[in-house]
Amino acid sequence: MPLKYLPNVVTLELDAARCNGCGMCATVCPHAVFAVGAGQARIGDRDACMECGACARNCPNEAISVRAGVGCAAGIIAGLLGGIGPASACAPSAGVKS
Amino acid sequence: MTGAPFVTGRVSTPAGEVPRASTALSWRDHWGTLFVRLAMGRMAYTVEPGLYAVGSPSPESPVLVSANYKLSFDHLRSRLGGLDAWILVLDTKGINVWCAAGKGTFGTDEIVRRVAATRLAEVVTGRRLILPQLGAPGVSAHEVTRQTRFGVVYGPVRAADIPEFLRAGMKATPGMRRVRFGIRDRAVLIPVELVIGAKLIFGVASVMVLLGGLVRWGYSVDRAAASAPGVAALALAAFAFPVVLVPLLLPWLPGRAFAVKGAWVGAAMALGLYLAAHAGVVNPGGRLELWGWMAGWTALASYVAMNFTGASTYTSLSGVYAEMKRAIPAQAVLAAAAAVLWISGRLAGS
Repeated sequence: MPLKYLPNVVTLELDAARCNGCGMCATVCPHAVFAVGAGQARIGDRDACMECGACARNCPNEAISVRAGVGCAAGIIAGLLGGIGPASACAPSAGVKS
Repeated sequence: MTGAPFVTGRVSTPAGEVPRASTALSWRDHWGTLFVRLAMGRMAYTVEPGLYAVGSPSPESPVLVSANYKLSFDHLRSRLGGLDAWILVLDTKGINVWCAAGKGTFGTDEIVRRVAATRLAEVVTGRRLILPQLGAPGVSAHEVTRQTRFGVVYGPVRAADIPEFLRAGMKATPGMRRVRFGIRDRAVLIPVELVIGAKLIFGVASVMVLLGGLVRWGYSVDRAAASAPGVAALALAAFAFPVVLVPLLLPWLPGRAFAVKGAWVGAAMALGLYLAAHAGVVNPGGRLELWGWMAGWTALASYVAMNFTGASTYTSLSGVYAEMKRAIPAQAVLAAAAAVLWISGRLAGS
């Protein structure tokens, strides 16, 4: 049974005018959100996006935008309590501020 | 730490000697895996960053990039039996590939640094790095290429698929590119979740045991002691059931928000407690205390499930914000109601 998260929440956007259809977004996406064809990528299953940001970071044309982060309630709570910003608490020894 | 137990020899290269890592895991490696899966010492389970060899690699052999969390490194090398390859271990501060990529420690800058520090360009002629696909959130492939003149190929999500990926000429099937979250993936997380949450629940249980001594206009240590085992057991059960059941039942629990899935587990537990109390199997106290427990169990199960979002492989930051905004007030109201009901019940029954 495929696991699906909340519908209509993600911030993923694709600027079709900048896209040259190289397909990097489809390669790096762990949830097969993108479909590429005819020299153009398009967002197929937007609700499957987990906002990891891999597509945006690997798009050579900067055609993709997404508010990337880690969907981790414990991290968000620890961040709010500790004032260190969200998603910093999942692995404290990394010692990196998000 | 090139004298690490998994190093079985040295390979000479123009950039100096490179340690050869075994592709077989020893009992020591398996023990290490077991310990970190039980949340023991997992923040200091590292290997030395740098270049390693598996088999007898040549300058044309592939270069696989990994993290310096030993579990990640072990996982990778144990899948490379019979292959000749290089492993470039990044300094991710002992964090696995995906989490480190989210933080940027498995990232463009560290790759550029590590390629230079290991003088990789002198060791290999095929100027190409194979990165785990889950490293992509931290890495800009075109930027790595611009700065190092090494091409970047994203390999499969799972190390187990690497041999097939290499055999197919570095082609990943669509299935190799998908992250899964099957029952085994979820089940292995349960011990760590139990250990991490234990602090919270032992705190809650201790406070409740102490409050169990409240009587009208005073406090009775005898009463606290008498009810302590029952109170502690019900408080620990409130935590242990959802921590185990939510991961196992995740796809079948109603709702998409984790807090909702957890609330269903909590409600089912509450119903079970109600029936057990009426059958005389457990004795949570009077009616007010029973309803206090039922509300508290539901609230805590919802909270526990919500905190499992970070361990899952498919929740987005926006989605978690959205569910927290609605779930936390509901959980707080339920928890407050639980406290009022339970304390009133204790006082009324005294």
